[in-house]
Amino acid sequence: MSTIAPSQTPAPAAERPARPAYRVTGARVLRAEWAKMWSLRSTWITLGLGLLFLIAFGLIAAYQFKSRITSGRHMDRDFADATALSLSLFGTNFAQLALGVLGVLVAAGEYSTGMIRSTLAAVPRRLPVLWSKAAVFGAVALVVGTAGVFVAFLADSGIVASTRAAMTLSDAGVVRSLLGAGLYLGLVGVTGVALGALLRSVAGGISVLVASLMLVPGLVSLLPSSWQDHISPYLPSHAGEAMFALHHDTTTLSPTAGLLVFLLWTAAALAGAAVRLVRTDA
Amino acid sequence: MIEAHRLTKRYGEKTAVDGLDFTVRPGTVTGFLGPNGAGKSTTMRMIVGLDAPTSGSVRVNGRRYAEHRAPLQEVGALLEAKSIHPGRSAFNHLMALAHTHGIPRSRVEEVIGLTGLQSVAGKRAGAFSLGMGQRLGIAAALLGDPATVMLDEPVNGLDPEGVLWIRNLLTGLAEEGRTVFVSSHLMSEVALVADHLIVVGRGRLLADTTVQDLVRQAGGDAVHVATADPARLREVLAGPGVEITGRAGAEELLVTGLTAREIGLKAAEHSIALFELSTRTVSLEEAFMDLTRDAVEYHGTTTGTTGTPTTTGIETSRSAA
Repeated sequence: MSTIAPSQTPAPAAERPARPAYRVTGARVLRAEWAKMWSLRSTWITLGLGLLFLIAFGLIAAYQFKSRITSGRHMDRDFADATALSLSLFGTNFAQLALGVLGVLVAAGEYSTGMIRSTLAAVPRRLPVLWSKAAVFGAVALVVGTAGVFVAFLADSGIVASTRAAMTLSDAGVVRSLLGAGLYLGLVGVTGVALGALLRSVAGGISVLVASLMLVPGLVSLLPSSWQDHISPYLPSHAGEAMFALHHDTTTLSPTAGLLVFLLWTAAALAGAAVRLVRTDA
Repeated sequence: MIEAHRLTKRYGEKTAVDGLDFTVRPGTVTGFLGPNGAGKSTTMRMIVGLDAPTSGSVRVNGRRYAEHRAPLQEVGALLEAKSIHPGRSAFNHLMALAHTHGIPRSRVEEVIGLTGLQSVAGKRAGAFSLGMGQRLGIAAALLGDPATVMLDEPVNGLDPEGVLWIRNLLTGLAEEGRTVFVSSHLMSEVALVADHLIVVGRGRLLADTTVQDLVRQAGGDAVHVATADPARLREVLAGPGVEITGRAGAEELLVTGLTAREIGLKAAEHSIALFELSTRTVSLEEAFMDLTRDAVEYHGTTTGTTGTPTTTGIETSRSAA
């Protein structure tokens, strides 16, 4: 027998302890986007602003209306036809800006900071990120918007209770209008996310958002009126207004048609964003 | 394990990565070297699917990165230092990434401890110093306990302590059996940690070699000899594997294949007087420069054949390098 110990074949590299089975799922990406949104101060500030616009402007409009009616001062036509509902929706114009801009920030902010590289390295299939961002922020904007308009309406209906603008939740179409306004604000948020992801630029996204919601209607009014009648109701802003207007005439869409048209605009923006996200290098 | 096959990326006219073929194996640190603009970062971005290859492919542990169920568990990458939102705290940044994979909070705390970020984990990442930002990037790379760790220029802008920390981290990760792939434009940095080297220039593969082989190829360990009788010394030293160069009539010779000791002994044996006997080691940096300079000139002459005089071609390519 040899005194030398038989040379042992080197043991195969010791297996590392069984690794946990991590896995990317749609629900987890949603959870991540939720966490990302609330961990930024800008989210809290902008959502707060949106809510403030809705409630404060609604209140201001109602107080103005009431003071003019009691003092008997002249009222311009918009004010003269006002109802508790229209007064309480006065702030939606401003709130849509806050919520739309925040939507742009949620998506385009990742590109301007470089965060997108971390995000897409974690979720290299990419599209779940866009759907999650749109869903999370859309839902939050919907909740904030709906809460805001209901609070504004309840307050306003109290303020103008004794005037000709008086209305309550039980009046026909009021709840539908308020829910429509909340839904509109939610969809504006989704559109903001889509524009941010499509343009990958905060400034560009905000510009296009403001242009399509506020400038284009003004430009269209310069067209010959026979054209206007065919184009104007289908513009994003007018289709959106149809979702929460109480009365509809021949120049506006019905609430359902307005919702469908606005949904189409939102879907188009999202589709563009999805194509760019998948096709273009991050 | 990273396998690139004819990997190519073009941006319009410019070819950033040109038909790269290489394999990065587990258990060692592989250095990815090349001058600035050689295509290192683009290659790494293609590995984790941030950029799509124009042609060719790159696989990680047998599959395309995006096809893995848990990508962060396959490859942990530190790309550019600022892949963060400056308004989010380090902890929240890591936690958001962890959520996508179902990685528990305890693992987030573990990588924060591992990278020494405990005291700043709650602060906005935008306020971090370069070194802290780099540590956060590495924490994110290690989050999924990945089989492959890929770092792009990890020591850029770090203080000596940070550089040492990264060096130990990399060798430690390789000892655990992981694939470690580190890019740098500084040979000296990589030589300290890497066993294997992949050298690129202008998007092309220049060398896929080990540190020792690279030095040997560049004519390392030559011995410089000065003697009264160079002709006779040549005869004495001649043998298999020995190469002797020197200008005719000059006293100086350059010998490879023999050590200074062997040359000295042979000269003494034949009573040849030596005035000078010194080992000239080619530094890694020189070997690297030689390699990349050749690539540049090769491209220069190629440009030259398309109609412009050769010299112009070389000048252009030098300025581009």
